[in-house]
Amino acid sequence: MNANFRNKLLLAGMALLLPVVSTSVFAQGAVPEKFKWLSFIVFGSIIALTMYVTYIAAKRVKTASDFYTAGGGVTGVQNGWAIAGDYLSAASFLGIAGLISQWGYDGFMYSVGWLVAYITVLLVMAEPCRNIGKYTLADILAYRNDPKKTRIVGALSVVTVSTFYLIAQMVGGGVLVKTLIGIDYEISVIAVGVVMLAYVLFGGMVATTWVQIIKAALLVTASIVMVVLVWSQYGFFGDFLSAVVGDPKVQARVAAILGDAAKNMSTEELGQRFLEPGLLFKAPIDQISLGMALVFGTAGMPHILMRFFTVPNAQEARKSVVWAMAIIGGFYVLTLFLGMGAAMKVGPTAITAVDAGGNMANPLLAQALGGGADSMLGNFMMAFVAAVAFATIVAVVAGLVLAAASAMAHDLYVGVIRGDHATQAEQVKAARIATVVFGGTAIVLGIAAKGQNVAHLVALAFAVASSANFPCVFLTLFWRRCNTGGIMAGMILGTVTAIGLVLVSPNMTYPLAVRAAQEKVIKAQGDKLAKLEADLANASDDAARAKIAADIEKAAKARAGAEKKIEDLNGATTSMVGLEKPLFELKNPGLISIPLGFLAVILGSLLYRDKRAEDMWDELYVRQNTGILAAKAAAH
Amino acid sequence: MATTASINWVAIDADPRFQRLHAKKTAFLTWLMIFSIVYYFLLPIGAAYFTDLFRMKVFGVVNFGLLFALSEFVVAWGIAGYYTVKAKEFDAMAQELINDAHRIGA
Repeated sequence: MNANFRNKLLLAGMALLLPVVSTSVFAQGAVPEKFKWLSFIVFGSIIALTMYVTYIAAKRVKTASDFYTAGGGVTGVQNGWAIAGDYLSAASFLGIAGLISQWGYDGFMYSVGWLVAYITVLLVMAEPCRNIGKYTLADILAYRNDPKKTRIVGALSVVTVSTFYLIAQMVGGGVLVKTLIGIDYEISVIAVGVVMLAYVLFGGMVATTWVQIIKAALLVTASIVMVVLVWSQYGFFGDFLSAVVGDPKVQARVAAILGDAAKNMSTEELGQRFLEPGLLFKAPIDQISLGMALVFGTAGMPHILMRFFTVPNAQEARKSVVWAMAIIGGFYVLTLFLGMGAAMKVGPTAITAVDAGGNMANPLLAQALGGGADSMLGNFMMAFVAAVAFATIVAVVAGLVLAAASAMAHDLYVGVIRGDHATQAEQVKAARIATVVFGGTAIVLGIAAKGQNVAHLVALAFAVASSANFPCVFLTLFWRRCNTGGIMAGMILGTVTAIGLVLVSPNMTYPLAVRAAQEKVIKAQGDKLAKLEADLANASDDAARAKIAADIEKAAKARAGAEKKIEDLNGATTSMVGLEKPLFELKNPGLISIPLGFLAVILGSLLYRDKRAEDMWDELYVRQNTGILAAKAAAH
Repeated sequence: MATTASINWVAIDADPRFQRLHAKKTAFLTWLMIFSIVYYFLLPIGAAYFTDLFRMKVFGVVNFGLLFALSEFVVAWGIAGYYTVKAKEFDAMAQELINDAHRIGA
């Protein structure tokens, strides 16, 4: 692409984006109407900064290696920040703080696995992958196994994992931007998609890396500023936690969760209960299964794996994981104080009033810390946090699109269809076409999935990554007998089992259960309405009548909401795959599908003879351990 | 520029220095990996089955469960630090092999 044409395209992209941002239809968002302009200044500045970085980066992207791996010229420290930026999604920034604000200890416990996952990445994946890999996950598989066959299954699995994760991010992003600043869902999804496409299409991995670094720096800065403000009000560790225990809003929340069990508890006991496990998680087996999917799945996530090809050698790859662990872990520790700070400063009920999932804990905390909903500083801080959340989604989505595009262009097109014969210019062109195709698909799927519950898609992405990708890459690297037969069996069986088990799991929507739950709501609200009507008739003065009338309106609204949910089922009685209730009780299939994935690779390898896989073993094993010739993969 | 064909991989694999590197690294990584996974799963298991211990106050309102959850972070960072130090040994052993790669088995 010549420079002139590229600049025009970049301008056209930005021109497309402007009307999206400036003329959109506003619903009400968390940011009050009169401070909306603040949001646009902050959003605009962050988008302008990242677009400038993309513009600079676009000049450096000339070869396939530049596009996929930034020419292998990223330092360990830079890559560490980029990994944190690639990994910490909106679910981490907003979701975990929300969980902690609602459920206390259990929310914090949930965050631990997301850091521990990096120990696997550090000890068994990062360095070997750097030593023998080139651009993609399938490159590692193809090194000793049949290149065409393993590239096809590898690429399909990468595209599957990326698509699941991507839809979850797009839907989450659309809902988030809508809740925060009131832009229509569809327009929010298009904005996320267009901004992300601009980064990846023009700047490839160079721009994606810098966008991820900038985003991680913004995320960490915002978190530190907020935590310091929280501490300045409530005190550090011990004093802070004492304040949590003594907080009436926290105590009321615990009493509401425990119901009858809370009757004989003192206020202090209720507050203390917030710091103890068990409010949210009842079945430890679910936690263990999720933990397994995280610990093995993160190391099989194509967009994370791809980051290790951007550094020059194994030492830098190692350094980058250590930096990423420091940033990611530090961030989760801060989140404990953000979540509990939001529970005190804003209140668990006030948080769920804005977003039922609790995702608005951090933005509302920022607003409260800055002086509240009517203050300029409060709304500036909220706008900043909202913009950071937007940058977060865009940076994660960019990494995913790059990973999927590399699988389509490098593995399927160049590797399989062209038999590895393509010029640099052809390879870069293929990569850009794949980026547009996959990015466009992401926008369409994001809009199509409006209103769907996408939480199970994240579980699905980690389930496939841990049950198919991880066993295949791990055994290719460390097991002499592993071969093409094992990879084919592992990839296919791992993916199918993981998806199949999620499809019959409690993650799906079961109309009968939904109907039963909503009928309960309708009954309860109906009883409440009858009682309120009676109260209204007996009310003595206007003030009491007005209060009861408001309560009646609230109860009627709740009843209408429940009726609408039943209506939305369209008379269905079974889930997407025709089940009345889940066949399989685990929310995350890891506990079963990961061992099955490993078993499939082992059995497949033992039943199949593959001379190339055996002959290449010494070369692969020596190279992955020592890094002999590793510099060559980065040279161009 | 060296190519993969110009190096005798089988000979390097059989070289005692590589065997020593392989043995040391495998043992070290296996134990560290097992330790980290076991330590991590102690958290959900403890939270579910050792609730009295997790609720026990250590100082002020701070209970054992909170400290244990925080220790997960410290242990993860500790493992990363320990591995970083130990990996320098592996790096030195690998460097010798890289330097001699063309001579081994030639």
